Amino acid sequence: MPMFRSLRRFTPFLLLPLFLLLSGCNWVVMSPSGDIAAQQRDLIIISTVLMLIIILPVMALTVLFAWRYRQSNKDAPYDPDWDHSTQLELVIWAVPLLIIICLGAVTWMGTHLLDPYRPLDRLAEGRPVEANTQPLDINVVALDWKWLFIYPEYAIASVNEVAAPVDRPIRFNITSSSVMNSFYVPALAGMIYAMPGMETKLHAVINNPGVYEGFSANYSGHGFSNMRFRFHGVDEAGFDEWIENARAEGGALQRQDYLELERPSEKEPVQYFATVDPLLFRAILNMCVDPGKMCMSEMAMIDRGGGAGLAGLSNLLPLTYDKNIRRGAVFGPKPTFVASICTVEEALAAGQPDPAQDRRVTGGAPLTGAGLPRPTRISFPSFSSPFGALQPSNI
Amino acid sequence: MPETSPLIQAIFGRLTFESIPLHEPILIGTFAVVALGGMALLYLLYRYRLWGYLWREWFTTVDHKKIGIMYMVLGIIMLLRGFADAIMMRIQQSIAFNGSEGYLNAHHYDQIFTAHGVIMIFFVAMPLVTGLMNYIVPLQIGARDVSFPFLNNFSFWMTAGGAVVVMMSLFIGEFAQTGWLAYPPLSGISYSPGVGVDYYIWALQVAGVGTTLSGINLLVTIVKMRAPGMTMMKMPVFTWTSLCTNVLIVATFPVLTAVLVLLSLDRYVGTNFFTNDLGGNPMMYVNLIWIWGHPEVYILILPAFGIFSEVVSTFSGKRLFGYTSMVYATVVITILSYLVWLHHFFTMGSGASVNSFFGITTMIISIPTGAKIFNWLFTMYRGRIRFELPMMWTVAFMLTFVIGGMTGVLLAVPPADFVLHNSLFLVAHFHNVIIGGVLFGLFAGINYWWPKAFGFKLDTFWGTLSFWFWVVGFWVAFTPLYVLGLMGVTRRLRTFEDPSLQIWFIIAGIGAFIIALGIATFIIQMAVSIWRREALREHTGDPWNGRTLEWATSSPPPVYNFAFTPVIHDNDAWSDMKKRGYKRPLEGFRAIHMPSNTGTGVFLSALSVACAFGLIWYMWWLAALSFLGIITVAIAHTFNYQRDFYIPANEVVRTEDARSQLMNGGR
Repeated sequence: MPMFRSLRRFTPFLLLPLFLLLSGCNWVVMSPSGDIAAQQRDLIIISTVLMLIIILPVMALTVLFAWRYRQSNKDAPYDPDWDHSTQLELVIWAVPLLIIICLGAVTWMGTHLLDPYRPLDRLAEGRPVEANTQPLDINVVALDWKWLFIYPEYAIASVNEVAAPVDRPIRFNITSSSVMNSFYVPALAGMIYAMPGMETKLHAVINNPGVYEGFSANYSGHGFSNMRFRFHGVDEAGFDEWIENARAEGGALQRQDYLELERPSEKEPVQYFATVDPLLFRAILNMCVDPGKMCMSEMAMIDRGGGAGLAGLSNLLPLTYDKNIRRGAVFGPKPTFVASICTVEEALAAGQPDPAQDRRVTGGAPLTGAGLPRPTRISFPSFSSPFGALQPSNI
Repeated sequence: MPETSPLIQAIFGRLTFESIPLHEPILIGTFAVVALGGMALLYLLYRYRLWGYLWREWFTTVDHKKIGIMYMVLGIIMLLRGFADAIMMRIQQSIAFNGSEGYLNAHHYDQIFTAHGVIMIFFVAMPLVTGLMNYIVPLQIGARDVSFPFLNNFSFWMTAGGAVVVMMSLFIGEFAQTGWLAYPPLSGISYSPGVGVDYYIWALQVAGVGTTLSGINLLVTIVKMRAPGMTMMKMPVFTWTSLCTNVLIVATFPVLTAVLVLLSLDRYVGTNFFTNDLGGNPMMYVNLIWIWGHPEVYILILPAFGIFSEVVSTFSGKRLFGYTSMVYATVVITILSYLVWLHHFFTMGSGASVNSFFGITTMIISIPTGAKIFNWLFTMYRGRIRFELPMMWTVAFMLTFVIGGMTGVLLAVPPADFVLHNSLFLVAHFHNVIIGGVLFGLFAGINYWWPKAFGFKLDTFWGTLSFWFWVVGFWVAFTPLYVLGLMGVTRRLRTFEDPSLQIWFIIAGIGAFIIALGIATFIIQMAVSIWRREALREHTGDPWNGRTLEWATSSPPPVYNFAFTPVIHDNDAWSDMKKRGYKRPLEGFRAIHMPSNTGTGVFLSALSVACAFGLIWYMWWLAALSFLGIITVAIAHTFNYQRDFYIPANEVVRTEDARSQLMNGGR
């Protein structure tokens, strides 16, 4: 972007007073080490300068008018009935409008260029990403209260520490295990929420080697303050070394290990895992790490086909393995389906054992309907106790 | 813990002895102070036999002026609580370095920042703003009361009831530990099983009834009860901003109510609106709460803008510059405030086009806001500015608010927001606009209208002191937060690793203490003024050479506000009347039709608090009984036919004659 490029030249000058003032402090947002964060910093400066064009005169005029037209200054003109001027009105609406038009254009471009979902097209100013560059995939899981990083390419994982080679595009795939968090490494790039059952993405690149701080930027419960990790920007050799180190030190991260790791804990030390279940991240994302839980993706497939209701009948039928039932005997009963249960009475009636309708797989009698035996009694906890969900045992 | 018997559980729900936070010395100390203060107050009330007076003249009143004052008292009391939370946070954050855990554990600290936000918005800013609107709007439009006087009393007591529920959480159980908007899934039953979120929900639901009804009431009042001749474009600007604010209240508070109902369904009956599983979606909550939440900040700031408009024009001795564009700017802000909510969560992963849309709509709001600033500026131009306290607050506002506005527009640029979202920069920004805008406006308004409400001015020495403490304290407290935000420090942290940050938190803490002095001197200002009221007394009813109708009547105004309904020919009606040599009518008074007091609002609110308490603690019998009580009292009230009375003509004559004598004696 020409605009960003031209600004780049001025950036050091604009920041100079700040640095002089506080050279000892780390204004990481204003002096980041990753290209995305640097461009975001540039936008902060452009917008601020654009707005100061109007803010500074307004502040100066406020002080000036307040002083000049003070009651004791009898030299100043006094015009109690002057309350309108079309020219002035035009100016005071047009000048902010023009500034907002500029700022709006910058915003539109900047938002699209720096969309966290957009793959990178440059590593830094004037250094485009070469064609066929494969970004480094890092899967990020926000746990209570620590961070898990999975490297699918290397089949390793780490807790509270993440590393990436300098000048290689990174693609973070981010989710959370329980509540909302926000994945943020200020030196690298802006933040994005980590949400359970959902995946967000962040493309970024680190340009300077170093160890940077990362943390959750969205309050997530009692352990939130200690939900910190370190981001290591390292050269290629250093990165290989880091991977080797993880492989050498770490244990395995299978589903059971993950369920153990997932339990709430604070101030977790850095951990490495030499091997990782390749499907673990998909399972976390679809909330089906627990054995026996249906994955959300499977549920979504069923729902897309019409669910388990009437609309999904044609999808359910192929799933019903009850050949001899449907075929039945020549004079046997017709195939039956539960289309829907409409009223409480019907639902309760359906729950009552009915000897005449009880078609257990016994004694070779022909089967109709679903292949599973019907439970002798269905209990409806919500009917027996109006606040069944509130019993202390559930809380 | 031993199993509690089913009977005990049926009676007390989940309330046990463990629910009383005896292990928190801070809370025990607070409780002791509150209890002692409460007992002292009760003793004084008993000693001076004030019960009957309070009940008859204040609690049951339907007079919009007294209700307005009660709102202000509620807001100021809750300001002390909210500020105590603030200073505790500041102390915690300035000492929790180098491995120190500070003096607050996570359970306590997380409640404090949640309570601080909830209290400051719902129980400080809202009551203060509503109180001023309640007091001033009917006077400004020449009405004798609001459209629905009983509803007004009821609304106040529901707001107060919500505040009572929040305060109960201090000593019985706990408050939410979720942040002031209680995002699920964290606020769901799985991750917040305790009573904290339930306190949050029911406090807001009870207070929300009050806010919504008061919004409807003021809206109808402004639309239907303006004095003859006062067309929409002759309304004072404060009335205009109040109209827009109440439109926003009526349109958005139901959204808050609905989203909290959905959250409570999730928590109470196991629905899955905002859960992680079974098709729930927490993002829906975030959207819905901000569809209320963003207009809410305009609900607070618009009346403040109105106050500044009145103050600037009065103390510059000039007509307001650009009245028409001021009105249109207000209306445009009202409409646009609905189209920007997503800027509170650019980082939730919306596409670039969606983010840009909401970013740009947000920036567009700064155009009418900028126009307003210019209008105030050009009202000062060629004026004769008297730097009384209200005007000082206004100039401080203009210099402070533009910075807050600038950082706000900056945060509306999505890529900039990605690095500043949830940071202390954001915290500094919204305090910059809420303190620098709303609170400064409220102080301007309190200093401006106090003589109208009580008949004597506020002491200027303590007022000036309070002003400087507030303005300096604000900048000392929040500039460090801007800096810390640019250093990548996020909000709501309890402990820190980087020791170089500490100095900034200490500076911010010092700022908070300066603000504490500002609050103290404000209270001293009121106390001293009441003490010296005879010296500060003024009898004209128009101490500032005011321009709008409220200054046409006596201070304090009689119950009926105006013996004769004024007729309006120009905006700045009172200024116009004075210019044309208006003579106060001295005869021909007639009996005046007024609404009667009723205690129903107090009963309904008390029952609502009991119902909320039952629901919070799962005491179903209490919830059911008090709900039944609410219905019964509400129906019974419809059979109350003693709703109005006439102030006899001779009493009006007496009141007006007394004023004439005062005015002659005062001159």
